[in-house]
Amino acid sequence: MYSEKVMEHFKNPRNVGEIENADGVGEVGNAACGDIMKLTIKVENNAIADVKFKTFGCGAAIATSSMVTELVKGKSLDEAEKISNATVAEALDGLPPVKMHCSNLAADALHAAIENYKKKK
Amino acid sequence: MKGIYMDHNATTPVHPEVMEAMLPFFSEHFGNPSSIHWAGREVKKGVETARETVASFLKCDPKEIVFTGGGSEGDNLAIKGICEAYKDKGNHIITTKVEHPAVLNTCEYMEKQGFQVTYLPVDMDGMINLDDLKNAITEKTILITVMFANNETGTIFPIAEIGKIAKERKILFHTDAVQAAGKLHLDVNALNIDLLSISAHKLYGPKGIGALYVRKGVKIKPLIHGGGQERNRRAGTENVTGIVGIGKACEIAMRDMDAESERLLRLRERLHKGLTQKIEHVKLNGHPTMRLNNTLNVSFEYVEGESLLLNLDMDGVAASSGSACSSGSLEPSHVLTAMGLPHEVAHGSVRFSLGRSNTEADIDKIIEIMPPVVARLRAMSPLYGKSLNPVERTAAVCHH
Repeated sequence: MYSEKVMEHFKNPRNVGEIENADGVGEVGNAACGDIMKLTIKVENNAIADVKFKTFGCGAAIATSSMVTELVKGKSLDEAEKISNATVAEALDGLPPVKMHCSNLAADALHAAIENYKKKK
Repeated sequence: MKGIYMDHNATTPVHPEVMEAMLPFFSEHFGNPSSIHWAGREVKKGVETARETVASFLKCDPKEIVFTGGGSEGDNLAIKGICEAYKDKGNHIITTKVEHPAVLNTCEYMEKQGFQVTYLPVDMDGMINLDDLKNAITEKTILITVMFANNETGTIFPIAEIGKIAKERKILFHTDAVQAAGKLHLDVNALNIDLLSISAHKLYGPKGIGALYVRKGVKIKPLIHGGGQERNRRAGTENVTGIVGIGKACEIAMRDMDAESERLLRLRERLHKGLTQKIEHVKLNGHPTMRLNNTLNVSFEYVEGESLLLNLDMDGVAASSGSACSSGSLEPSHVLTAMGLPHEVAHGSVRFSLGRSNTEADIDKIIEIMPPVVARLRAMSPLYGKSLNPVERTAAVCHH
């Protein structure tokens, strides 16, 4: 039911972990839905120098987390803010319809992390 | 690589002897059992022989067996058929919160038709309390419908006690025995059961055929109107191949069940022990002792079930999960949440349901592949290792 790209990211997720002393932390989701994502970012020169994720969730949740880290690494904050959940799903060649809402939160986690960084500044 | 199938509570393969029994009824014996000529008569005989076998499987009279299109139809016929036939006597049904959707959603439908339904709660082991049942009974109660054994956890309900209570209070008692059939001895008279549904494909028979036992003297309104088949309780030309199949499946179950059940218990205990020895934070879901011998439902805490299933599937292992994500719904298992499991633990559940094809080598393979899979997912889980960091946890984005 998942695309090859989703399965590829699920099997070999990129940028798993947590950045110590991160500049921004974003956490979204809840246990009721079965998906919790935590994204940590390092910001240098107004751009995302490093990004890592930790996710509790299904295949789609893990793949979207992995994909969003790949999409934003090195991007400016302005560019990163433009990435939406839809962008992430598209980059994975789509998600099953039932997963579009429940497990497609990676961009939300990214935006929360950027917001957290801006608030701290 | 030959896959390991450990989802026998979902369905089972058709036993070779069952298929062999069915085959002649596709074209060689093709008549309509209602026809009086030779072609009909030989098929009628096949149908009635199967009915006798199913009746001896449930220890009842063949006339008390109605062939159905499966477990869900049996549950629907029992509940709707009784409610319709006895609505002058009362409008109250008692069931449990952990029934199969075929019962739960039928009860919810009856609520829309003006019936009142009490959904009994379960404890941490998934067990009901008989006092709750007794207290729920009113003079309007016409039907108690409680499953024989739970499909997700394998927890076995106190059917004999429920039957006794129902009989004393003169209330009809239906049990969905779809998971119990072929795994436990069923005796409708000893257990005071008035209606009981089974499905062939859970006991190595074909899909799309089941049987409903209806005690002699119990009135039931049919769901399907038409010809007078099944003594006017289920119209339509008989699913002859299916009926022959369920008959053979019941015959084999009677012959092999005791030995097979003991073998599966040993395998299941080996699996449970192996997993808990090798992996931390593994929680059993279901009753520790009153449980089907083939069922092991465990939560691997801090990880999510669908991710586990995907990993198992990559290694050729077929199992299932109570996680919302694997069921196509957004809610985790209604059974596990009724047992009071926190959502994240319910989401981390995996059900291994063993059956005929499973061997000790299968068990050992799962015990070998599971620990690194769980370790990898836990390393990725924000819930594992330390308490949740409360920063910026935005509100629920779960679009229910």
